[in-house]
Amino acid sequence: MNRVYFDYNATTPVEPEVLDAMLPYFSGEFGNAASIHTPGQRARGAVETAREQVAALIGARAQEIVFTSGGTESDNHAVFGVVVQAFLPVPTSKNPDPSPHIITTAIEHEAVLNACQALEKSGVRVTFLAANREGQIDLDELRQAVRPETVLITVMHANNELGTVQPLEEVGRIAKERDIYFHTDAVQSAGKVPIDVNKLGVDLLSLSAHKFYGPKGIGALYIRGGTRLRQLLYGGHHQRGFRPGTENVAGIVGLGKAAEIARESLAADARRVSTLRDKLEQGLLARVPHARVNGGASLRTPNTTNLVFPGIEGEALLIALDLKGLACSTGAACSSGAVEPSHVLTAIGLPPEEARASLRFSLGRHTTEQEIDFALQVVPSAVEQLRELSPTYPKVAEAR
Amino acid sequence: MTTTTQFDTLPERAEIQRGLVAVAMSGGVDSSTVPALLQEQGRPVVGLTMQLWNQRRLPELQGDGPAQHRCCSLDDVYDAKAVAQHLKFPHYVVNFEAQFEERVVRPFVNQYLSGRTPIACTNCNTDVKFEPLLRMARQIGAERLATGHYARIRKNDVTGRWELLRARDESKDQSYFLWGLSQQQLSRSEFPLGELTKEEVRAVARRAQLPVAEKPESMELCFVPNGNYVQFIQAYSRASGISLHGSEGEIVTETGEVIGRHNGVHEFTIGQRKGLGFAVGKPLYVISIDQKQNRVVVGDDDALRTTAFQIEDVNWVSCDTPDAPLYAFAKIRHKHEPAAATIEPLGMNRARITFDSPQRAITPGQAAVFYDGDRVLGGGWIR
Repeated sequence: MNRVYFDYNATTPVEPEVLDAMLPYFSGEFGNAASIHTPGQRARGAVETAREQVAALIGARAQEIVFTSGGTESDNHAVFGVVVQAFLPVPTSKNPDPSPHIITTAIEHEAVLNACQALEKSGVRVTFLAANREGQIDLDELRQAVRPETVLITVMHANNELGTVQPLEEVGRIAKERDIYFHTDAVQSAGKVPIDVNKLGVDLLSLSAHKFYGPKGIGALYIRGGTRLRQLLYGGHHQRGFRPGTENVAGIVGLGKAAEIARESLAADARRVSTLRDKLEQGLLARVPHARVNGGASLRTPNTTNLVFPGIEGEALLIALDLKGLACSTGAACSSGAVEPSHVLTAIGLPPEEARASLRFSLGRHTTEQEIDFALQVVPSAVEQLRELSPTYPKVAEAR
Repeated sequence: MTTTTQFDTLPERAEIQRGLVAVAMSGGVDSSTVPALLQEQGRPVVGLTMQLWNQRRLPELQGDGPAQHRCCSLDDVYDAKAVAQHLKFPHYVVNFEAQFEERVVRPFVNQYLSGRTPIACTNCNTDVKFEPLLRMARQIGAERLATGHYARIRKNDVTGRWELLRARDESKDQSYFLWGLSQQQLSRSEFPLGELTKEEVRAVARRAQLPVAEKPESMELCFVPNGNYVQFIQAYSRASGISLHGSEGEIVTETGEVIGRHNGVHEFTIGQRKGLGFAVGKPLYVISIDQKQNRVVVGDDDALRTTAFQIEDVNWVSCDTPDAPLYAFAKIRHKHEPAAATIEPLGMNRARITFDSPQRAITPGQAAVFYDGDRVLGGGWIR
């Protein structure tokens, strides 16, 4: 079966050059980067080259990059690490219990959301900023949420489901004015849009290799020099003690190579992919009655479109399309693999039935014109087939 | 794709084509054997496992250990996935939690609270498996939905009706739970195990080397941990804001003599002897439940035996609604030996059933299903 892939936000294939760069570090150059001897030094060299490559992708210095197991660990490290280590105001009669306070958004990835919720249970206060229909937070609301005990603002760069990009420079300015640490989950933006940690004003930034053609299980946390951050794991002295554990040399090399390729091809990729994305989006809007784009008026990553097809269940459409050879995504998979209503779509104000009727198509470096044509042929007919059997579609059609 | 990626190494999946069959897979041996049988017939299959209930909803019912052998436990989902991987067909977990709660769990609790004894499996079949799941099966391109039920379906070429029949293996027969199916639902369903015995099913599972071939059977109501439905009703009511306050009441004899108190009518079912909470000379049984007065009425075994009762929401399956009383065998609970009875349609989807001889513990909320030989003529809820 001809199989086309529109789920690059979930993961991407490892670029052949990346794989080639990694392969020597499994058996030939197998040294432990923490060892003193020559094999160790060779591994260390490869790790440090990768650190520079990753730093270059986001405008950071190499010593500000810590390698982690991926986006989830980076996010947890940032959130827990800042809060545990934070200085708090002295208790006063007015404020006898100055528990630390975090500001985040309702549309974060679960890695940030659930970390904040876990802290909430142990007494940390958390403000979850709402997002509007276009997936954007309100900066005034952010300003008003700041308190003397606010120790961290964590706002994602690009949203995984919508592709919408937050105005991080503004957030960074607000954080800097109030002297609050600022973390961003850039897992969905790294490699897709230009990132400069100094321009954005972030102190901490999470990224993950497999979202930009690197291997799974490796990521990085950018930690601005001087940031007070408690380590998450305890062990040896690897990575300045920030992240103990024998370095995943092959993975780190893969991440570095993927970052290098991303930096070189980012502009050209973005132009090409956004043209294809727009063609897909416009084509589907034209061919599927009542279809709309979620977050479409916002600044978005070039590869993502999230569409609502009223009157259908996204879960059924996803399966129908998969059986026809087209892979895309809806909502978030729970531990059993069943689809749960997307907290992002609910948070931006979509009614539950529309949240369930939404599908995400995310394109990538290998998406072709022919694949877009295939999607434009298959998706409208699948939606039509679903609507014919849908008990809710007649109401949708009538209401418009 | 123009480049070679890891996707080319996925197990080959069923092409969409005429005759695709969706299989409802619970992760148990029965429903796992269905795709093996269909594949032996050369038919393309797609597996669907329903996520129906989240045990975390009622954390107070959680034991200390992992949630094994419970509804939608991850183990069962993984078992279904493992079978699909083994037989190399596509498999999806689909979320019907909202429908399950609305159409099965909440009515189950409400029925108990109103003094009836419901059958959740029938609601699940009629209103979930063969309703939204069957619809989804068709939406994704399958012509039919196959399940692991022990029952048979056949088209009667003379009457043009789809008929529901008892399973060949009488000890496994589940036709009692399927009387609510419409002609359209039956026409799009398949029960491939209907002709097989349990042992034959196990043999097929072993022959196909299914990873669940030796899995023990689960007989519990899937969403009620440990089968303790009283505890479940209390926990669910608390979590859903249903007040059980004031549900306690009197236990009385048929003559109205108060002989004890109870903590809520949901703790009782007709014919129940245990748990009446007091000892008297002769065995007493619950003979009726009066929800309006919160009374549980008890009496001796003879008082439990009645002859006539009414049913509602009657569905005629293998024949049209008869215009005259009909003589058939009626079954009033899953383990009841069908007894000769006259079924008299009353209009408004009701009917009166009169047994030839009194039957024990005719219980409101259970179903009466009438048979002509192996054929399920129809059924209805006991009022």
